Amino acid sequence: MTFEPTIVSFLCNWCSYTGADLAGTSRIPYSPNLRTIRIMCSGRIEPTFVMKAFREGADGVLMCGCHPGDCHYHEGNYKCLRRYHLLQKYIVQMGIEKERMRLEWISASEGKQFAALADEFTETIKKLGPSKIKKVMETLT
Amino acid sequence: MEKEKPKLNLAVYWGAACGGCCVSVLDVHEKLFDVVANANLVFWPIALDTKYSDVEAMPDGFIDVTLYNGAIRNSENEHIAKLLRQKTKVMVAYGSCAHLGGIPGLANFHTGKEIFERVYVSSESTVNKEKIYPQTSYKIPEGELTLPEFYNDVRTLGQVVDVDYYLPGCPPQTERLLEVFMAIVKKEELPPNGSVIGATDKGQCDECPRKRSDNKKIKQFKRPVEVIDDGETCFLEQGLICMGPATRCGCGYRCIEGNSPCRGCYGPPPGSPDPGSKMMSAIGTMVGSDDPEEIAKIVEQIEDPAGTFYRFSLPAAILRRKLIETTVS
Repeated sequence: MTFEPTIVSFLCNWCSYTGADLAGTSRIPYSPNLRTIRIMCSGRIEPTFVMKAFREGADGVLMCGCHPGDCHYHEGNYKCLRRYHLLQKYIVQMGIEKERMRLEWISASEGKQFAALADEFTETIKKLGPSKIKKVMETLT
Repeated sequence: MEKEKPKLNLAVYWGAACGGCCVSVLDVHEKLFDVVANANLVFWPIALDTKYSDVEAMPDGFIDVTLYNGAIRNSENEHIAKLLRQKTKVMVAYGSCAHLGGIPGLANFHTGKEIFERVYVSSESTVNKEKIYPQTSYKIPEGELTLPEFYNDVRTLGQVVDVDYYLPGCPPQTERLLEVFMAIVKKEELPPNGSVIGATDKGQCDECPRKRSDNKKIKQFKRPVEVIDDGETCFLEQGLICMGPATRCGCGYRCIEGNSPCRGCYGPPPGSPDPGSKMMSAIGTMVGSDDPEEIAKIVEQIEDPAGTFYRFSLPAAILRRKLIETTVS
C-alpha cells in the first residue's frame, strides 16, 4: 500500500481559504491529503497549533496567508512569518525535518497556485515518509 | 490546659534534583521552629537518616504532606515517588523539576545511551579505554550489587504519580512554601487538586518593575554579555531574551530585581498548554521588521530557541523530547 500522508493546513479566511475555494469551484483536481482548518488570519496560527498537529499524528503542516502587504488585519501575516522562522529553528532542534512544515502566501484569486501547492507539498511529504513524532511522544523508554 | 494539637507528618524527598529545593526548605530560617511545632519531619534524606525501609514500614496515608522535588530520571526516583504517593495524603510537586521537568529535563534532547557515552567515555577528563559503563546489577563474591536503572526519558512527577498540588520555582520562593504549609496546618480551604499553588494567575510582565512600552520593536537579539543594562528598561526592548511574557508570576521578581532576565522557572501562566509556544508567539509580535529577509535575519540571532524557551519545561511540553531514531524500537 502506498503511503498517503495526513497534512493539516491552516488557511486564512480572507485570501488562502478563498483561494482554495476557487480551486474547488474551478474544478481543479488536487491531492486529497489536506485537512483544512479555516482561521481568520494567518496571525492566528499559534505555534501550539503546529506542535499539536504533529503530536496528534500529522505528517506535514501547511500554513497559508495573504501576500505580504495584503493582510486583512494589516500585519497578521508578518507575525505568522516571524513565528514560522522561529518554529522552523525549533522543530529542527527537536529532530523534525523542516520540510514537514511550510508557509506559503495564497491570494483569493490563486486557485490554480493553491492546487499546485497542495500537490507539490503532498509529494514532498510522501518522499519524507510517515512522521514518527506521535509514536516517539507516546513511547516511554 | 489546651490539648496539644496532633502534629502533621511531613516528608521532603529529592528525585533528579540539585538539592536547591531542599535548601530552600531550610531557608525558612527561624520559622523552622513554627514548622517543627506543627509537624514531625518523618523523612528528609538531605537532613535526616531515615531509611527507605522505614518509609516502607509506615502505614498507607501516614504522611500528611510530601514535598517531592526533582524530576523522574531513574528507577529509584520512580520507585520512591510511587512509594511516597501510597504513604501520603497530600502530594506536592515542589519546584520546577517536579513540576515541569526542570533543568534535568533538558536531557530529553539526548538518549540515555548518548549521555552515558559522554559521561563515561568521551568527556575530556575521562580515561575509559575498556568502555566500562555502570550496570544495574553486578555479581561479586560477597553477593550482588545493584544500581537504579537510568531511563531514556526524563519525566515530571505528575507524569508518574497523581499530584495534588504543584509549587513551581527554581527553587520555589520560601515565603510561598510557608503560606502553603500554614494553610494546610490551619486546615484552610485549599484549591482544587491538581492546581498550581504558591504563585499567582498573572504573567510576569503584568507586574514587572521595569519600564516597558506596549509596542516592542526588536531589531537585534543579543546575549547578556553584549548589552550594558541601563537597569530600568524592559530586557526584551534591550534585545535580551526574557521569558516574562510566557511565565507565571509569583517569584517576587528575584531575577529581574537582580538585573537578570527571567528564565521561566515558574512555568507558563494558566491557560497556556506549552510555555515555549507562548514565548514564540510573543516574540513573533515583537520582531521589529516587516521585510521577509530582515525577519529571517533577526530571528536567526536567537541561538537556541528550544533550549531557551523550554529551559525548565521540556518533558512537560507538547513535544516532550527530541526525535531520535533509537527511541522507537
